[in-house]
Amino acid sequence: MNRIDSTFKSAKAESRLVLAPYVTVGYPTRESAVELALAYVEAGADMLEIGMPFSDPIADGPTVQLASQIALERGVWLEDAFNLIERIRSQTGIPLALMGYANPFMQFGFGALSRESSAAGADGLIVPDVLPEQAQDIEAANAEHGLHFIRFAAPTSPLERLRQIGQGARGFIYCVSVTGVTGSRAELSESLPAYLARVGKATSIPRVVGFGISRPEHLRSLHGRAEGAIVASALIDIVQANPPGQGVEAAAAHVRSLAAAA
Amino acid sequence: MLDTRTLPDEFGYFGPFGGRYVPETLVAALDELETSFQRHHQDPAFVDELENLLHFYAGRPTPTYHATRLSKELGGAQLYLKREDLAHTGAHKINNALGQGLLARVSGKRRVIAETGAGQHGVASATVCAMLGLDCVVYMGEEDVHRQALNVARMRTLGAEVISVTSGTRTLKDAINEALRDWVTNVETTFYLFGSATGPHPYPKIVREFQRVIGREARAQIQELSGGLPNSVVACVNGGSNAIGIFSAFIEDPDVKLIGVEAGGRGGDQGEHAATVESGTLGILHGSRSLLLQDEGGQIIGTHSIAAGLDYPGVGPELAYLHHVGRAEFHTFGDDAAMDALQLLARTEGIIPALESAHAIAGAMRMASEASSDHVILVNLSGRGDKDMETIAAQLGEGP
Repeated sequence: MNRIDSTFKSAKAESRLVLAPYVTVGYPTRESAVELALAYVEAGADMLEIGMPFSDPIADGPTVQLASQIALERGVWLEDAFNLIERIRSQTGIPLALMGYANPFMQFGFGALSRESSAAGADGLIVPDVLPEQAQDIEAANAEHGLHFIRFAAPTSPLERLRQIGQGARGFIYCVSVTGVTGSRAELSESLPAYLARVGKATSIPRVVGFGISRPEHLRSLHGRAEGAIVASALIDIVQANPPGQGVEAAAAHVRSLAAAA
Repeated sequence: MLDTRTLPDEFGYFGPFGGRYVPETLVAALDELETSFQRHHQDPAFVDELENLLHFYAGRPTPTYHATRLSKELGGAQLYLKREDLAHTGAHKINNALGQGLLARVSGKRRVIAETGAGQHGVASATVCAMLGLDCVVYMGEEDVHRQALNVARMRTLGAEVISVTSGTRTLKDAINEALRDWVTNVETTFYLFGSATGPHPYPKIVREFQRVIGREARAQIQELSGGLPNSVVACVNGGSNAIGIFSAFIEDPDVKLIGVEAGGRGGDQGEHAATVESGTLGILHGSRSLLLQDEGGQIIGTHSIAAGLDYPGVGPELAYLHHVGRAEFHTFGDDAAMDALQLLARTEGIIPALESAHAIAGAMRMASEASSDHVILVNLSGRGDKDMETIAAQLGEGP
């Protein structure tokens, strides 16, 4: 069984949310990305999203953009993503999902990408600018190597489209919490519960909420409404706000408080 | 015979190019835009209103002009100029801005956003929004804000908010990134008035259809003036809205050569030019699959051109397709050739072209000097040079 599926199964049995912190490949440095990921695992992460930087990340707000830019200036390549995944995998059994934009993946080739990420120990692939209707080849290549291709839902997706997204979806549905880009937000949208209910009506695949999730109270409010949450910008903000060497510990402490609410 | 009227297909593809690569949040808005465009662009009331605006407001039809002194100077082919520089706001961009502006109005969305490189699409959008009573926000790279300061002042005078984009390369590519982030955030209240023949489906189709008027007029005019179809049609190319606009009327005439001229910038090195068709490779950027300037890892690389409107690392999917099937040829001319062409056109014909259009003139001049005097070349003079006077004066050493 894919690690993503078994993780959601056991979280459900324990009435817990699956907490998935995000780590940028090569940020703060190649080495400290490994430390950061392992510290998140130690702090109670149930799954990790591993983000491959892109020069033109249209779905990301300033925080993820800056982390991506810093990593790209260090010359990060897709091989660094495989390397990071491999090093995390050697230490933990939790699911790892590789996230990135279509173009760097396309240049590497989706077949090779699926083979290499699977060999490194990844369990899923998240590509925010590839819609299900453009993804037949990628989904087939992913499936061949035992990877789940993760589909997205948005607050603007009509019910009929949510049903189409749900059909053939694997692992979980990445539910974008707001119309907008990634970035930490103080409050979650008031319409989030109704939207998550709509997704739940359309499909029985686990719902993972992302974009703007930053605080323990956000997670508490998601109980019974979703099956998991992704936290990205809030953690990068903490790493950035701390002096080099102290960011890892501070961000991991935040993951610990989130895990307690999950 | 190649027939592109049936393209793109229902998924937005021109052969292997095009499609829709966007976050899920934008899908509903793109579907709505496509439905609205299909319903309105052939509706007689909509067509009437657009044609009236193109005529009484934008000053169409623009003339086609036989540049006899320039032709004589070159000693070869006859050059004819499609004078889009004479349209209201000074470039072809007004054609599409009026069309999409009317679509914005029927959508009921009161807020319009646009991206701009040289500022011509931004000015056209600000103009149309002022005229239709819509709010307008224009994203423009910081580098372009500086080199096209006059257009920034025009947009602000017209009541638009201009947001200077400081991320990435600070040019058109990054302005589009920011505009897409705005749209993904405000999609329920905002219409994205896209200016280039690129982006996610249905934008390349919509922009072509609203720019088709250039080719339709030019085809009739050149036949009247020269007694037949031209041997070649030349246009500058980056995203490609002016090129696809004029090419669209000649695609099915196999004897008419279609020539796109890309910006060669300072030379052949990576990062020093914007010749995407000549040296780009297949990739995905800003919602569509097309040729791109990128490194081996798929990261988009910087470009350079003296013309802010040619300084983008991509090309529209339909032009990539016309190249792919061998229907259009692409040549590259650099900053210096464009400046030389601009000066020669200014001094022989009394017309100062935009730096973008000067690239097309440079390409046409080279072809003309190698052809006989009965050879006819039609050039899309897509915009006027007023916006570039500071750059031009600095280049000529005549700065203030």
